[in-house]
Amino acid sequence: MVRSNKPILWLPFAAGGLVSALIIPVLIAITGVLLPLGLIHLPYAKLVATVHNPIVKVVFFGVIALSAWHAAHRMRTAAHDLGLGGGIFVKTICYGSAILVIFAATIALLLL
Amino acid sequence: MSDTVLLSITRYDPEKHSEPVFQSYTVPYHEDWVVLDALNYIKDNLDGTLTFRWSCHMAVCGSCGMMINGEPKLSCNAFLRDYQDKTIKVEPLDGFPIERDVVVVIDSFMVKLASVKPYLIAKEERALSEGEYLQTPAQLAVFKHYTQCINCLLCYAACPQTKLNEDFIGPAALALAHRYNLDTRDGGKKARAETVTSNEGIWECTFVGACSQVCPKHVDPAAAIQQTKISASVDWFKSLLQGNRS
Amino acid sequence: MSRRPFIRKMRRSWWLRRRRTLFYMMRELTSLFIGLYSALLALGLVQLARGSQAWDSFIALITSRGGVIFQLLCFAFALFHSVTWFAVTPKAVPLSAPAKAVIGAHYAVWAVISVVVLLLAGRFVDGSIQ
Repeated sequence: MVRSNKPILWLPFAAGGLVSALIIPVLIAITGVLLPLGLIHLPYAKLVATVHNPIVKVVFFGVIALSAWHAAHRMRTAAHDLGLGGGIFVKTICYGSAILVIFAATIALLLL
Repeated sequence: MSDTVLLSITRYDPEKHSEPVFQSYTVPYHEDWVVLDALNYIKDNLDGTLTFRWSCHMAVCGSCGMMINGEPKLSCNAFLRDYQDKTIKVEPLDGFPIERDVVVVIDSFMVKLASVKPYLIAKEERALSEGEYLQTPAQLAVFKHYTQCINCLLCYAACPQTKLNEDFIGPAALALAHRYNLDTRDGGKKARAETVTSNEGIWECTFVGACSQVCPKHVDPAAAIQQTKISASVDWFKSLLQGNRS
Repeated sequence: MSRRPFIRKMRRSWWLRRRRTLFYMMRELTSLFIGLYSALLALGLVQLARGSQAWDSFIALITSRGGVIFQLLCFAFALFHSVTWFAVTPKAVPLSAPAKAVIGAHYAVWAVISVVVLLLAGRFVDGSIQ
């Protein structure tokens, strides 16, 4: 039986869709509205201390990884819809970007 | 409100035309007429060569699907009064080769439909003496709306993925597969999975949702496909944990 | 009589031609901004790991005019993503619950998570609270 391995791409995409829908807006509100307005502060020392917590690391990793994957998978199908092809080039750019972002976040979280 | 309506209809006769052209007809306006009535008026009174499919004239046979002002509709379900003072453009159903005028070739769908094994596959051998299957109303309610498909193909016309990938099994066929998978009498989920969960099956769907929006019988193929994606992913994950035994 | 079925080519601009498909493409585009913002978050973590000077430059970046405009754009698309995602979730669940309840539950969870994150950010990270 030729079993498609699409679920491995689709499950994180679906999870990422839900996670990003629930959490990204408030994060942007913090970094893109409250912070520039000076209504919230993100001092280095306090933030490092917060990210030290393994639960916080897992949460940050989850949000970033799932959101990046969601974007990669959806942009790849959008490229196909727009006639830009769904070949190896498009796949590499989309999933490759997500992997880079996830890799960078992982290294940073491991070092923090 | 004028007492006539202008229809602009695709004409294509392979022996006369190199490609489809439009031809305009003026028909009388009646409050209760549908586009199909207008087409029949044209055929009876103005142009006997106009060719179109129809049968029941009540949205149960699925024969009269066509593009009306760019929307996939059953011509027996499109009332003239809803297009007041506009020219009504009648074109063949999107995404299918044009046979003649507004008649399309639906062979590709027939193949896709058969490929999902749209019939009950018994869980195990059952002797007549065991009696009939028992099914509660609640069990029926789970899949009843998926049984309502009349194969009108409006969903295929609405779905961009069926045109971007001609091999995509498509909304109606996948909804019907789901109908059988949900039926308590059926044991054929695995048999259908080869087609349904293939790369040409549910995974080509990007949840545009147009299929469910245009369906005249409220089958909701979009829901069928999304639910199948989830169950297929769960099954895939389970089989992975069981060590690729499939 | 000979048959010669005519095949209509799909235009590259197919999605621009109807409101429904334009809406679909805009909906898909929201994921680009989700992705870009997640990259910004990853960058923030990287800069945090590199030390206080790198972190200061990251703060300068996201509070700059370009940084704010970019994030506001992301915010608009992120909201559109949330609203459209919640709207279709009833399709993914079998007929068990009414659609409005499923969507309402998502909005409720969204509100709770947003409030919790804001409170956490304010309490543990805000420099003015000791």
